[in-house]
Amino acid sequence: MRKTWWKILAVIMVGSSVIAGLLGPVPELPILNETIRNVYYHVPMWFAMIFLYLISVIYSIKYLGSSDKKHDLIAVEAVNTGILFCGLGLLTGMLWGYITWGDPWPNDPKLNGSAIATLMYLAYLVLRNALEEEQKRAKISAIYNIFAFPVMIVLIYILPKLTDSLHPGSGGNSTIGSLDMDNYMRPVFYTAAIGWILIGVWIGTMRYRIRLIEEQDDNFDNSAT
Amino acid sequence: MNFLEQVKILVIKDIMLEWRSKAAFNSILLYVVSTVFVCYQAFKTVDTLVWNALFWIILLFASITAIARGFTQETQHRYLYYYSILNPRALVISKIVYNALLMILISLTAFVVYGTIFRNPIGDLFLYFIAVSLGAISFSSVFTMVSGISAKTGSNSTIMAILSFPVIIPLLIMLIKLSQHAIQGLERAASSSELFVLIAINVITIAISLLLFPYLWRD
Repeated sequence: MRKTWWKILAVIMVGSSVIAGLLGPVPELPILNETIRNVYYHVPMWFAMIFLYLISVIYSIKYLGSSDKKHDLIAVEAVNTGILFCGLGLLTGMLWGYITWGDPWPNDPKLNGSAIATLMYLAYLVLRNALEEEQKRAKISAIYNIFAFPVMIVLIYILPKLTDSLHPGSGGNSTIGSLDMDNYMRPVFYTAAIGWILIGVWIGTMRYRIRLIEEQDDNFDNSAT
Repeated sequence: MNFLEQVKILVIKDIMLEWRSKAAFNSILLYVVSTVFVCYQAFKTVDTLVWNALFWIILLFASITAIARGFTQETQHRYLYYYSILNPRALVISKIVYNALLMILISLTAFVVYGTIFRNPIGDLFLYFIAVSLGAISFSSVFTMVSGISAKTGSNSTIMAILSFPVIIPLLIMLIKLSQHAIQGLERAASSSELFVLIAINVITIAISLLLFPYLWRD
């Protein structure tokens, strides 16, 4: 029970934010209209992705210090789950963009930045496949992961702020929090954000544990034969 | 030997190795000039936006081919020797400095050749010059570390491209924007944020390279 409380909390938070997000009142704004409800799903995906990548880079740093195989497995599974959330974020964003901006993929620095950041993490996975030896793979991919993280931050947070962007909070636009969200929306939004981050961590830990069991199986097979 | 002395000796060693064979410099130069001709024959005349983008793409590929050799041109045994007598941080700094010098030389030559064959008016020549030099330094600071990583994988060229392209894109976007400002001859104050971001990314990459390289070289 001690270890499952946050999973229950995650389910309750996401569940209640889904219900409150779909049924609750929202301000009527031009262009956005009812699509403003998407803020409860689209934005938390990115929060979850950033959080998972952060976990990944922390465990990569830990790996370099400890050379513990478990740290490497946590890092790679956090990246795998982060890519999943990035895909979901892009999908919900494209749906939203198609309705409000009239184009699922406008030439927007935030969109392109997140796509390029995804390429970087896919390159991380390719790099892992290119290295055969286990310890070498763990070490070198950890180095690349740490090297890529600040570039990802620049791509997603700093470049869009400098250029014209359609997204709120960049290119001189005010953030959505200060502009469009009223006092009913804000608590729902924060609940959704924390809930989805917890769900992301949960998926990541599950993948990590499956990976751990697989590794143990492999070791067992090797020692048996 | 203190740190700076080690760096100096390593840079001089790299320059001397290059000067004896001149293989890297000549081949990259030939590559740049032939690409410029291909572009000129294919496009004849272009507007400034395409002109600028083409120039940076030529430089990007030239620097990838130049810097990918960085850690593979000398034998593994010799690196073992370096690691036993030197600070690994001095080695990576020396590689970055050497690659930056090589890239500045190559990109300025490329700029002169490209500018004479493919004529295009530039509003603020000095700022363009700054952009090209900053670009050379940025390429070398990013690609040196990535080439160190990809040298460990054995199958070098594809991994190098896959790993380095996404990392270089933010820098490339900033460089293209800065040089576009230079072509249009905007006021220099308008480009200050681009300059600031470029320098900041360079400082971060060099700092991370310094922190991570000691873990990379040990096998």
